[in-house]
Amino acid sequence: MGFSSEVGRRDLIKRSAALGLITVPAMSALSACASGGDDDSKKVDKGKKSAKNPLAVNESAALDVVIFDGGFGQQYAKDAEAEYAAAFPKTKGKIKHAATQKIQTVLQPRFNGGTPPDLVDNSGAEQMDMGTLVGKNQLTDLTPLLDAPSLDDPNKTVRETLRPGVVEMGQFDGKPVWILYYAYTVYGVWYSKTNLAKLDVEYPETWDDMLKVCEKAKKKGIAGWTYPGKFPYYLPFSLYPFIAKIGGREVLDSIDNLEPNAWKHPAVKAAFEAYYELYKKGYILKGTPGLSHIESQTAWNEGKALFIPNGSWVENEAKKTTPDDFQMAVSAPSSLDKSDKLPFGTLWASGGEPFIVPKSAKNPEGGMELLRIMLGEKSTKNFIKQVSSLSSLNGGTDGLDLPPGLASAQEALTKAGKNVVNPRLQDWYVTLQKQQIGVGALGEMMAGRMTPAETIKKCQKFADDTAKDDAVKKYKHV
Amino acid sequence: MQHGKYRFIAGFLALPVILYAVFVISPFVQAIYYSFTDWTGLSSDFEMVGFKNYDWLLHDDIFWKAVGHNVLLLLVVPLVTLGLGLFFAFMLNVGGRGRKNAAVSGVRGSSLYKVIYFFPQVLSIAIVALLFQFTYNPRNGAINAFLGGIGLDALQQQWLADPKLALWCLMAVMVWSNVGFYVVLFSAGMSSIPKDFYEAALLDGANRVKTFFKITLPLLWDTVQTGWIYMGIIALDAFAVVQIMTVGPGGPADSTQVMGYYVYTKTFHDGQAGRATTIGVAMLIVTLVFAVIVTRLGRRERLEY
Repeated sequence: MGFSSEVGRRDLIKRSAALGLITVPAMSALSACASGGDDDSKKVDKGKKSAKNPLAVNESAALDVVIFDGGFGQQYAKDAEAEYAAAFPKTKGKIKHAATQKIQTVLQPRFNGGTPPDLVDNSGAEQMDMGTLVGKNQLTDLTPLLDAPSLDDPNKTVRETLRPGVVEMGQFDGKPVWILYYAYTVYGVWYSKTNLAKLDVEYPETWDDMLKVCEKAKKKGIAGWTYPGKFPYYLPFSLYPFIAKIGGREVLDSIDNLEPNAWKHPAVKAAFEAYYELYKKGYILKGTPGLSHIESQTAWNEGKALFIPNGSWVENEAKKTTPDDFQMAVSAPSSLDKSDKLPFGTLWASGGEPFIVPKSAKNPEGGMELLRIMLGEKSTKNFIKQVSSLSSLNGGTDGLDLPPGLASAQEALTKAGKNVVNPRLQDWYVTLQKQQIGVGALGEMMAGRMTPAETIKKCQKFADDTAKDDAVKKYKHV
Repeated sequence: MQHGKYRFIAGFLALPVILYAVFVISPFVQAIYYSFTDWTGLSSDFEMVGFKNYDWLLHDDIFWKAVGHNVLLLLVVPLVTLGLGLFFAFMLNVGGRGRKNAAVSGVRGSSLYKVIYFFPQVLSIAIVALLFQFTYNPRNGAINAFLGGIGLDALQQQWLADPKLALWCLMAVMVWSNVGFYVVLFSAGMSSIPKDFYEAALLDGANRVKTFFKITLPLLWDTVQTGWIYMGIIALDAFAVVQIMTVGPGGPADSTQVMGYYVYTKTFHDGQAGRATTIGVAMLIVTLVFAVIVTRLGRRERLEY
């Protein structure tokens, strides 16, 4: 009758079910991001330019802001938005604020669909690749903002109020400024003055002293160093300035420029060997390769290890676990020996929290104006107080009672003077820096699974691969 | 009498087929199309680049590492999970000593065990992964603490931070979280096998091992096969455990990189959505090959009872 053996009702159902089973998981990954429509710009009209409104913001237009909700939280941005609303009362209720840790997951579809927000803090482990954003012309040039008068002093432009190097960091090729780094981060070797005092030592300014301090600590059952083993790309925070100190800043520049054999410079080898010695002598906290950044910071706070490579956000991030008498401090890397090219004090400091105004934002002037407000003294002081980090506004710390870590960062910065280095690998080639060199090479070396020589070879290979990959946009130091 | 049959089928299937075409087939086609472009995922302009992405894929070390890991997962995870599932289910249903009225029964307290086994299935894989991440923590995780506690300090490991162990640690978690489901599934299958079969076998003097291989397994074959396909798909994914638990994630030294996670990093970290879809297409091919192999190998005569 009707259904005979030829078709086999059961088989039909079975096969279609099996097909469904296979296809659904496989395709859900792929279909998650189909590309959206074209960028048919629906920008708001410009407002009237005036002394109070130099960027000609449309005074009643909505503003859409997305903030990275990481080590610094989001309150500082909310406060600045309140200032914005006070300056332009007609925008009341039209400021849309969102905060997330998953910047890319949230924003990629919006960029792709041509409806991005007006201001984005593109930060964190999931930041969008800046090189790609710039390369695909997705950002607004922030030059008008930099040339606008600053909020506090109409005779100074915003550009003139920024810390040195901040504007350059936001440039990729030539003139336009694509990114404005709002925070100013001091990287280096972080420690507790209290814990060093307990051992009756001071911060070791030479590598020999460093080894001595670690040995002394080891005898008391304390480790010298720890680091976020799950995210070993924290190691460069003290390792890269160490390399620059030994061999001069050209070494880092040639690494950034992906030059052939850049990693084979003797300074790199010397620095790697010094760090590897920490592992070999058992000065690294046991189990460190398996720790996350929070776990390693907590162990450091508990006094189980003396030193940790980190950035100045750590004071805010580790607040909950930091003992009251911890006296957090940061120092530039120790000297290797007398033949070092740069003096002790050389350290890595650079802009953090990259803010961008997307090209197809509806209200780009509004986004820039909010940044201008954030770079004013009032918002800056608020930021410093809330999250104990410096901002890109030069100064702004006057009259503030700084927490110990931040005060020490400020001091280290003053001491470094001109000897501030700014390796660009981490914003130019994120995957190379974090996943390949960080996890694939440095993490393996510090866990004792690779010798310095092998690590250098690996780093060089990764850099060469990136240099050859035509899907990655290349940048060079000018 | 055959006449009109296909029209009849088509009439019934039209709506599902349309839905299927729109929501399943079209993303397929779209993904395959994108795999021939240099789409970044960050803007909607892209160009066709021909087979360039595929050429890249064939020469990409990490991709081949990921494929290797997926194949290993595909071999080990279903085998261990289904093996354990069958063993436990057999013990729960047939493993006990014969009591008063029944020739065959499960071990004592089997209904309680069933609940315990099923429990991990209730937890979301994200929670399971997070829990095990703490368990594996080399400093204060439960496993090292336990080993230290019984004096086996020498066996303490870095677990997820050791490239030699990391993938095996993930496999253990995948097995742990899935085995309960198969215990219950196979138990259901076994309880529908008529008891007389077992009684007859017992009368003939068959021992438990023999009963399992001669009666239980053959009669359960359909269920096992479905389980195999389903487990295989879980093994081909493994995204959540890699994303939540591992160093990097995907590390250390790419030792836990899998295709699913590689698609994610290429799209959401590197801004190379074109290449990501290429990996997706490769994943599709691997999955299809797997499904074909399993269905071919598993084809057997069906027993009616």
